[in-house]
Amino acid sequence: MKTMKISRFWIFFITVLIVYGIGEFLIATGRIDSFYENLMITIAINIILAVSLHLVIGITGQLSIGHAGFFAIGAYFAAIFTMNMGLPFPVALILAGIVSAIAGFIVGMPSLRLRGDYLAIATLGFAEIIRIIFLNWEYVGGASGMTVTKMTTWQYSFIFLLITIIVIANFTNSRHGRACISIREDEIAADSMGINTTYYKVLAFVIGSLFAGIAGGLYSHNFYFLQPVNFGVLKSFDILIYVVLGGLGSMSGAIISATLLTLVSTYFQNFPEIRMVLYSLVLIIIMLYRPQGLMGSKEITDLFRRKKSVKGGPHYENIGT
Amino acid sequence: MKTSGLKPLLQVNQLGIQFGGLKAVSEFNLQINKGELIGLIGPNGAGKTTVFNMLTGVYEPTEGDILFEGKKIHGLPPYKITRRGISRTFQNIRLFAELSVLDNVRIGYHTIAKNSLLSSIFRLPAHFSNEKEMRDKAIEFLKIFNLEHLKDETAKNLPYGMQRRLEIARALAAGPKLLLLDEPAAGMNPKETAELMDLIAFIREEFDLTILLIEHDMKLVMGICERISVLDHGLLIAEGSPEEIRNHPKVIEAYLGEEVGENHA
Repeated sequence: MKTMKISRFWIFFITVLIVYGIGEFLIATGRIDSFYENLMITIAINIILAVSLHLVIGITGQLSIGHAGFFAIGAYFAAIFTMNMGLPFPVALILAGIVSAIAGFIVGMPSLRLRGDYLAIATLGFAEIIRIIFLNWEYVGGASGMTVTKMTTWQYSFIFLLITIIVIANFTNSRHGRACISIREDEIAADSMGINTTYYKVLAFVIGSLFAGIAGGLYSHNFYFLQPVNFGVLKSFDILIYVVLGGLGSMSGAIISATLLTLVSTYFQNFPEIRMVLYSLVLIIIMLYRPQGLMGSKEITDLFRRKKSVKGGPHYENIGT
Repeated sequence: MKTSGLKPLLQVNQLGIQFGGLKAVSEFNLQINKGELIGLIGPNGAGKTTVFNMLTGVYEPTEGDILFEGKKIHGLPPYKITRRGISRTFQNIRLFAELSVLDNVRIGYHTIAKNSLLSSIFRLPAHFSNEKEMRDKAIEFLKIFNLEHLKDETAKNLPYGMQRRLEIARALAAGPKLLLLDEPAAGMNPKETAELMDLIAFIREEFDLTILLIEHDMKLVMGICERISVLDHGLLIAEGSPEEIRNHPKVIEAYLGEEVGENHA
């Protein structure tokens, strides 16, 4: 069993190295121009957003559709930290994540008592409040926006993407993650098993907001200009669509759909007039043929696990320490 | 009352709850000593499940108090009551339907494992030792319940009787001193019911349990309960041994209506 676990770890490690190596090689040797580098950064940002929302919706089962609010908080605060306070970029990113997590805690505490539709409306309202605050806050330029130096690189995006995936995957595959899943499955039963459901709902929400905030920081430093208009309701729905389309409860699904949809959306920029029509068409077609999402509730690793599970089961078992 | 003289495990005094203008349960008294197996019966809508919901913190009683091991537990949230040592099953099975049999039981161990959030995120040794312990314990547990060969099966795919069994296993995994079973035999055929009676007797010995159960199957209730309380319209109408309950005029009246001969049951 031990060898199996180690090999899984190495497979992950090698995959990461290859992806990073390819990206690094293409950029360093000038084989791709800044347009494609930007695309890679955008994909990384969207994956972070999708995976962080996946934790809230797919794992904990709390329908939050105000994720763009936390994204906005991260974007603006990271910009404030670098531009107005002169902090180094990575520090600003982490601080922006923390500010966003605090906002997540403040919003989550009262609103996670609500269920289903009510929670969705509350979070949607919150995201609008955030956007309007930034719209009227002269310190960050109000409606006319704020100038930000470009600092986001492919390396930063990749590292923070990696951290997001590892933290959320490790969280999910632990007793804490199982507690969150049990809330999704049946909150009353979870309660009766001794699980503090409020704690875990707020915790998932806070972790989700933390990474959305970091994604915001990466986003705001990827362009030269930051405006509240980028953080409207539609942005929230974009992120929601990544999660739903990937398959609720599947992290690999969220990653795949965020990647695909970002690519599709970028490609359709060649047809600006009918871009949104085509994009919507793609969504409709996927939902017609895969109503359970691209991956359903499976992870990509499950596809290789089927045979092994007879003797082994999940990879974190049987590790002597 | 074989353990009379000892402090009762659960003491319920004048318990009542009101939903708006409706008094669902009032002046309910119950005393359970350690090791007893008590039945709670009554016609449909009598308030039995409401009593369970108050005991487990799902509803907060509007009157009276509940003492568990001499300490007040009414007003605590459900998860804290579970941690004090009361766990339950549900009338309409509430398994974690999309999870495996193993994971259902493993979640029961949630409160026993102590590793912190950070140890899981950073995969520190505490995480692995806890996960291993939880998994080993859960598998041992499934062996006791003859469910081990199904550990990777999704809970919702199990046959009905096994789902009931799994729900009991899950409740026991939380390490209760008092187990509340809400209609464990509902929907079971006579053979399954007989197996269930054996199982209840077995876990009671094995885990040193005290059990309170709601049940409509009189054969089961009369067969295994040492004392029975009868609720009707939210009021306690009788209490006593199965023999006393069988012949109690008020009980017969509640079940069969008025004007029934005294010796029928």
